[in-house]
Amino acid sequence: MKQELVITLIIFILLFVKLGKEETKNETLINLVNILLALNFVSGFLFQQSGTLFGDMFRTTELFTFEKNLLNLGTLIISLQSYNWLKDHKHVPEFYILLLSTLLGMFFMISSNNLLMFYLALELSTIPLAALANFDLEKKRSSEAAFKMIISSAFSSGLLLFGISMLYGSTGTLNFTELPSHLNGNPLQIFSFILLIAGFGFKISAVPFHLWTADVYEGAPVAVTSYLSVISKGAILFVLVSVLYNAFAPLNESWYKILFLISVLTMIIGNLFALRQQNMKRFLAFSSIAQVGFILIGITGYSPEGSASVIFFVLIYIFSNLAAFGVINLVSAVTGRETINDYKGFYKNNRSLSWVLAIALFSLGGIPPTAGFFGKFFLLLAGADRGNYLLITIAALNMVISLYYYLKVIKAIFMDANDDPIEQIKTSWSPRIAMIICVAGIIIVGLASGAYQYIHSLVK
Amino acid sequence: MNLSLLILIPLITAIAILLVKGLKQVRTIALFGSAAQLILAFILFYFYRQERGSGNTANFIFENNYKWYEPLNINFHTGVDGISIAMILLTAFVVISGVLVSWKMEKLNKEFFFLLIFLSLGAYGFFIALDLFTLFFFLEVAVIPKFLLIGIWGSGKKEYSAMKLALMLMGGSALVFVGLAGIYFNTNINGAHSFDLIQIAGMNIPIEVQKLFFPFAFIGFGIFTALFPFHTWVPDGHSSAPTAASMFLAGISMKLGGYGCLRVATYLMPDAAHEYSTIIIILACIAILYGAFATMMQTDLKYINAYSSVSHCGFVLLGIGMLTKTAIDGAVMQMVSHGLMTALFFAVIGMIYDRTHTRQVAQLGGLMKMMPFISTVFVIAGLCSLGLPGFSGFVAEMTVFMGSWQKADAFYRIATILACASIVVTAVYILRATGKAIMGPVVNNEHLSLGDAGWNERLAAGLLILGIVLIGIAPFLLKDLINPGTNIIIEKIAAVIK
Repeated sequence: MKQELVITLIIFILLFVKLGKEETKNETLINLVNILLALNFVSGFLFQQSGTLFGDMFRTTELFTFEKNLLNLGTLIISLQSYNWLKDHKHVPEFYILLLSTLLGMFFMISSNNLLMFYLALELSTIPLAALANFDLEKKRSSEAAFKMIISSAFSSGLLLFGISMLYGSTGTLNFTELPSHLNGNPLQIFSFILLIAGFGFKISAVPFHLWTADVYEGAPVAVTSYLSVISKGAILFVLVSVLYNAFAPLNESWYKILFLISVLTMIIGNLFALRQQNMKRFLAFSSIAQVGFILIGITGYSPEGSASVIFFVLIYIFSNLAAFGVINLVSAVTGRETINDYKGFYKNNRSLSWVLAIALFSLGGIPPTAGFFGKFFLLLAGADRGNYLLITIAALNMVISLYYYLKVIKAIFMDANDDPIEQIKTSWSPRIAMIICVAGIIIVGLASGAYQYIHSLVK
Repeated sequence: MNLSLLILIPLITAIAILLVKGLKQVRTIALFGSAAQLILAFILFYFYRQERGSGNTANFIFENNYKWYEPLNINFHTGVDGISIAMILLTAFVVISGVLVSWKMEKLNKEFFFLLIFLSLGAYGFFIALDLFTLFFFLEVAVIPKFLLIGIWGSGKKEYSAMKLALMLMGGSALVFVGLAGIYFNTNINGAHSFDLIQIAGMNIPIEVQKLFFPFAFIGFGIFTALFPFHTWVPDGHSSAPTAASMFLAGISMKLGGYGCLRVATYLMPDAAHEYSTIIIILACIAILYGAFATMMQTDLKYINAYSSVSHCGFVLLGIGMLTKTAIDGAVMQMVSHGLMTALFFAVIGMIYDRTHTRQVAQLGGLMKMMPFISTVFVIAGLCSLGLPGFSGFVAEMTVFMGSWQKADAFYRIATILACASIVVTAVYILRATGKAIMGPVVNNEHLSLGDAGWNERLAAGLLILGIVLIGIAPFLLKDLINPGTNIIIEKIAAVIK
């Protein structure tokens, strides 16, 4: 419970600051939260314990603690990157309270051992996110994004709850550890399972539940978009892996087929739509949909290598996607320009930022020596274990298609000429630290096998 | 002798390039780095000869095995045999010549030399890798630097060519990946799957598995070697690239595919190689003839050389398809010979283009008058290409033909005759281009005031000509080097044919 308690503590501190009489400067507040998050991240690696709480509804293991640490790191990086945008915002304490509430919800979700606890945590993580999507208070686009998000989230939560109730009806238990012994694959269980997958699918933007993604990602402020695309997806994927491998182990033939179908659709549709995008935020939204397709292949592996590769990939994905969003965040905050055409000739005035974005896109595309190569390779290798080489071939060919749209951006930055290129952007220290962490992560986590070996030892 | 030096030296050179400013420092560092690499390659060759001379008959020597991703049984396993050393020497020669030819690169020179050295790192790593994952890693490392080199510093329709090249090579890598995954999951060594080349070669992969995954691996690597019909990236890619990149692309990058076809596809899956040999021979012959005839139609010097690369690399695939000892020897020799020759040809075309600003044969004439050195080098490269004895081209092609003729069936004999016939076509386009551009009347009076090669260009051309002539008049040097390497491949094939 340690990490949850620390986050709750930070939320309370922020509440007291907000209610206090004195006006604290935004910069101090942001730095304070960042330091506390960093401390939480470091303390996450010390004094690790395993056990259950709340009548077996809440469970901690070393693996879950590590997953929560990853999400914590991601949130810290996002917070560092949003410095420019936040310091002029009028509602900084509210932003952090809402953000940390969602993070708290995700922590509980990962640790949940009970379907209702899971649902409670899911709602805690979703509702503040819809409010966060609206945080560009002057822009109409932002409100539209929030609206679309709350409606689709409510709908998916409804489906999920329906599935949970039917599952309870047919098995008589809500507890994840007791569930496998009660599952016998009768039609009611399969039906409720499909509804569950639909609920999960909404959150990870798998096809055909992806339609809300592009509009919400485009309309929300960049910080919230990066949070949605990285942390929110990562948390749900962690839960999906542990739920499918442990609680739904008896149904594994069924969920293998469902995942196969969803992953193929997700990869292909994500790639096809990404090809046509002009807005960088929408572009990254669709590319992240395609990435989820790859991750689902890793999940189909149903082996320790499968879950290790998924967790490893989420770590790499955090670094890569946040590096890309970091650059876009900065450019958007300073100049307001967001389309691929605006990025033509970016290399002329912004050498280091171009390289950061290039390395991030190479990692997303799966090019060595960045970590993305290792991540994708291990995912596909885990998936091939099942013997379904058709899936692997489709995935490998999709990597080629995805490379095309990543290279289109690289082409615009390095090769195209522009009459009005983006002028030189001075990076303040906070986003700079974030981008250094991300790039260092991308280069080191792949070449040095320590991270993967640690993860593999946790899942065995 | 630690083979990781071969990767460490380019890495240090590349990082050092990033730290300095200004063309002079950058190119000096690049030159020192590639010269050090060339010396290292020779030292490696010398030690290798010593080892073999003192009776070491292991398949691969100077092995180093570092655990990398233990749960998946992936190791950083390096080692060399004769074929690898021949390719490493080739790479060292081509890279240093490329650096010399780019001596006056003004535009974004730091990034240019960095990418060139980084590209060579990928090639060296590929040739020393004895673990399939490591091999694949280095194969893919090379793709993006090529994209950037062509797209930023190229000429003509460079963005289109760069994108086409990157996507097709990635497509090849994707197919190779499926092949590797298939091999991996069908190995069972001490109860675990393995990526280790030596261990996999020691066991027998079931024939059904081989027949399924051999096409993936062979076609995947074949795309790198311009296997018909996946050769379409070659003409545009090589022609739009800047000179040093063209030299590297045609000289080394295409050989990555040939080496992969030999070392991974044929060596590890000999039953399937035997099954599919007919199709490989047909595709190789089509590549040879189609490449030759297509070259006759070209009017741009670079396109002439690019299409002729498709044709010459067809000989490599023909040798691999024939599966006799002499043919495979010939394939490896053709890889080395063609690498040197085409690098030389691209270098000299680059020199002509720098001076006359045109690559169209129609707009060039009588260059021998103004640029005697460059013109002589052009003639030498051309004669090597059409297989004149005394140069390496003759030696390699002759070996391939003799190896192909050893198979007595009508099908093989016809394939050999068709391949031989392509030499006539080669002679046509080479002699026509030479006659028009080099000899003949001066077409453009502005060309009369152009200067000849500078010291850097003379050195670059000299190094490559040295290689070509050495192999041409003393082919036993190369043959003895690669002999043990090709022997182990032939042993596996012979066991299958029995």
